[in-house]
Amino acid sequence: MLDLTLAEMARGLTSGEFKSVDLVRGFLDRIQQRDADINSFITVTGDAALEQAEAADAARAKDDVGALTGVPLALKDIFCTEGVLTTAASKMLSNFVSPYNATVVEKLNSAGTISLGKTNMDEFAMGSSNENSFFGAVKNPWDHSLVPGGSSGGSAAAVAAGLVPAALGTDTGGSIRQPAAFCGITGLKPTYGRVSRYGIIAYASSLDQAGPFGRSAEDCALLLNAIAGHDGRDSTSVSRVVPDYTATLAQPLDGLKIGLPVEYFGDGLDAGVEQAVREAVKVYESLGAQVVDVSLPHTQLAVPAYYVIAPAEASSNLARYDGVRFGHRCDSPVDLEDLYKRSRGEGFGEEVKRRILMGTHTLSEGFYDAYYRKAQQVRRLIRQDFLDAFDKVDVLMGPAAPTPAFKLGEQADPVSMYLQDIYTIAINLAGIPGISVPAGFVDNRPVGLQILGPHFGESHLLNVAHVFQQHTDWHQRRPEQYQG
Amino acid sequence: MQWETVIGLEVHVQLATRSKIFSGSSTAFGAEPNSQASAVDLGLPGVLPVLNENAVAMALRFGLAIDAEIPDVSVFERKNYFYPDLPKGYQTSQMAQPIVGKGVLEILPEDGERKQIRIHHAHLEEDAGKSLHEDFAGMSGIDLNRAGTPLLEIVSEPDLRSAKEASAYLRAMHTLVTYLGISDGNMAEGSMRCDVNVSIRPKGQQEFGTRAEIKNVNSFRFVERAIAYEVERQIDILEDGGKVVQETRLYDPDADETRSMRTKEEANDYRYFPCPDLLPLVVDQAYVDHQRSLLPELPAAKRERYESELGLSSYDAGVLTAHHDTADYFEQTLEVCGDAKLAANWVQGELSAQLNRDSLPISESPVSAAQLGGLLVRLKDDTINGKAAKQVFQELWQRRFEDADQVIEAKGLKQVTDTGALEAAIDEVIAANPVQVTQYVEATEEKRGKMVGFFVGQVMKATRGTANPQQVNKLLKEKLDALL
Repeated sequence: MLDLTLAEMARGLTSGEFKSVDLVRGFLDRIQQRDADINSFITVTGDAALEQAEAADAARAKDDVGALTGVPLALKDIFCTEGVLTTAASKMLSNFVSPYNATVVEKLNSAGTISLGKTNMDEFAMGSSNENSFFGAVKNPWDHSLVPGGSSGGSAAAVAAGLVPAALGTDTGGSIRQPAAFCGITGLKPTYGRVSRYGIIAYASSLDQAGPFGRSAEDCALLLNAIAGHDGRDSTSVSRVVPDYTATLAQPLDGLKIGLPVEYFGDGLDAGVEQAVREAVKVYESLGAQVVDVSLPHTQLAVPAYYVIAPAEASSNLARYDGVRFGHRCDSPVDLEDLYKRSRGEGFGEEVKRRILMGTHTLSEGFYDAYYRKAQQVRRLIRQDFLDAFDKVDVLMGPAAPTPAFKLGEQADPVSMYLQDIYTIAINLAGIPGISVPAGFVDNRPVGLQILGPHFGESHLLNVAHVFQQHTDWHQRRPEQYQG
Repeated sequence: MQWETVIGLEVHVQLATRSKIFSGSSTAFGAEPNSQASAVDLGLPGVLPVLNENAVAMALRFGLAIDAEIPDVSVFERKNYFYPDLPKGYQTSQMAQPIVGKGVLEILPEDGERKQIRIHHAHLEEDAGKSLHEDFAGMSGIDLNRAGTPLLEIVSEPDLRSAKEASAYLRAMHTLVTYLGISDGNMAEGSMRCDVNVSIRPKGQQEFGTRAEIKNVNSFRFVERAIAYEVERQIDILEDGGKVVQETRLYDPDADETRSMRTKEEANDYRYFPCPDLLPLVVDQAYVDHQRSLLPELPAAKRERYESELGLSSYDAGVLTAHHDTADYFEQTLEVCGDAKLAANWVQGELSAQLNRDSLPISESPVSAAQLGGLLVRLKDDTINGKAAKQVFQELWQRRFEDADQVIEAKGLKQVTDTGALEAAIDEVIAANPVQVTQYVEATEEKRGKMVGFFVGQVMKATRGTANPQQVNKLLKEKLDALL
């Protein structure tokens, strides 16, 4: 029962095979037994979850239900949840109980899902390994000496370890797709503007986007159905019809045109990862797809442009954490400047400080044109690369990350850590959707195939991912110690 | 040396929207501290701004009223600085692409000539909260009710050449924004605040001198006084061989002086960049045209019409149009009584004197325009004479009656025009004052003219003021002259 997909779980609840309370109890037990090893949760909301499960069961008895009523999941601790600690994995917010719900949380509530708690992450979503958390690093369920990826590492690890059937994360430069790849699960970053950002603690506002983690593309489609759509409270959310993402999952892929960006198969790509990705592409060929090489000529500029734009926005977004109204405040400030300096100095971790400094610098008088304006120009070129590519092909495929999961503490240098996101970052800059699906293993470490589509092409992406999962079983593999 | 003063003003006009510029909170003045501060106004983690369309409409109407260029696209930017009453650590404002471009405002300085003052631009921004330093020993309180109130900042070119011109500019601005209904113009509540840039240069010199910016000068009077002080200060420095430093100064109305706040070196680097939470604001021609159709008759046009169509003097037209409430009142009075000069005299005379005495704005006049109009109808049709009219006005002011006719009826103020009754009264007066009659008869013709006044007074007294003075005059002269 606990190892079913969301879709199967919903069917089981509908048929009365088991109850929501059974599911919630089962997962809470697992969290209690297993999470000490992997540290994927910051807050577990067991009592509230059981209450909601009882309510969901009562609603099911009255047939007053949606597709996901009574299904448990977890939320990255970046989503504001009313009455529940919402920390962004920062000391700065380690005492912050949100007085309101994020729009996606409201949408999930009305869809009937039950949150079991808030998952660990890199502080303020800044990181690619989940080592930058005030609440400690998250371990990869496949091997506790490995990182789960980041920044949504807690959500990915919790799903991979079977602590929840699905979870929500956010992706600013790869923070859903890379941990999904490292943990051997499916993770979707929707088009920028597809999902409301209201109530999501901002890292880089022009890049942040929420999306689902699941055991299958179908589960991601179910969750996207629940969370997508225009929100009057988010001016950057797009007013556009939300299709039923499950309706087109099984469409045949005959004649699908796949582009392989040559820049995604060059230096720095682990040979094992490349092999797994190329094997996956062959599966598509066997299903009738055509494969061509394409070029995204500005790929190498993506990481530098991102590390100008994202820190610039972050330096401004994180200015509100000043110790005045909420969050961490230093002891006995002597004056206002002391209050600011010590509250922020004590409340933020190293990586967060590094990005605030970088962003403050690049926006400074005399540097703006050289950095921020130039990065925005690069961003337009990168977007154009993708638009040109999608004139020729339906989807792009490549690795989600250059290597499989690395060891905790292995990437000590920030720049080599930043280069982890070399295949994911450009997607956020372009605003297009991307999905990572399990596509094999290197030395027992999962490999993710990244599939990219044009803006608002989520239906097709999920269809392409789902058909692959109908013909492969990588997504059904579980870490040995977390089976059953 | 002859010095020339150069002044530019930045006027912050609080727009009269019901809700804030980026949230739904009320903008009403004077509420309990922090009772009008929502999650958005508090800058809680995860919140996002949504632009208030009404603020946009008001800014556009202002732009159209000063005949300004209206760009198709304007951009909100973040102005980053730390201050306790600035909840997000940045103010959302406009910089490179404001909503209103170059325009012009006509001013009429006291004892001066009409002058066209160029407006550089006007932009939308959010107000900050307030720091409260009283009531908190050793601490400051923060009230965020005002945070997020929409402001239109109107920046003039350095076209003003004296303190008088500056205050005339401010008055013209006040007149305009209240006509447009985009601000209540309440200076005491901070609905219009002003920063003044002042420099001096030797008369005839082309280049500008170094300027000082005087912050937050909040009344017409203070603007004049702050400039006068600042000009003297700068002249003293230059004439002593010193140099004016570019700095921000604060006007202290109690000490009537300006004091240095910070020099250019200490100035903040605000690190402006486009706000990623708000899309560029695009206004199409149809929307601009619609706003144009909503413009009321503007002060200059009204003044012109009062002179050319109503035949009022330039002075009267100026006074009556200086405030739209006065103009409205005048026009309603005129509509009832049909005599522009009579209405103008009464509005500027009796009404204005009485309002001053009771310190009331015209909008709270106890005598309505309809009541005054009704009174003037009775004056015009000779039902009452001028003296009685003033009495009627007083009765209406005390709110003892509903209209002039009621007062006239109740107080028996109807003018006596019946020749028989008047003749009887005159005969009585002549009979009762034989000495004066003899003096009259014996006087020269020149003196007789003046002596009639005594008899008129006696007749008016005898008729309790109800006699028609012109008629009394005429009949008296006939009867007295018959005695010669």
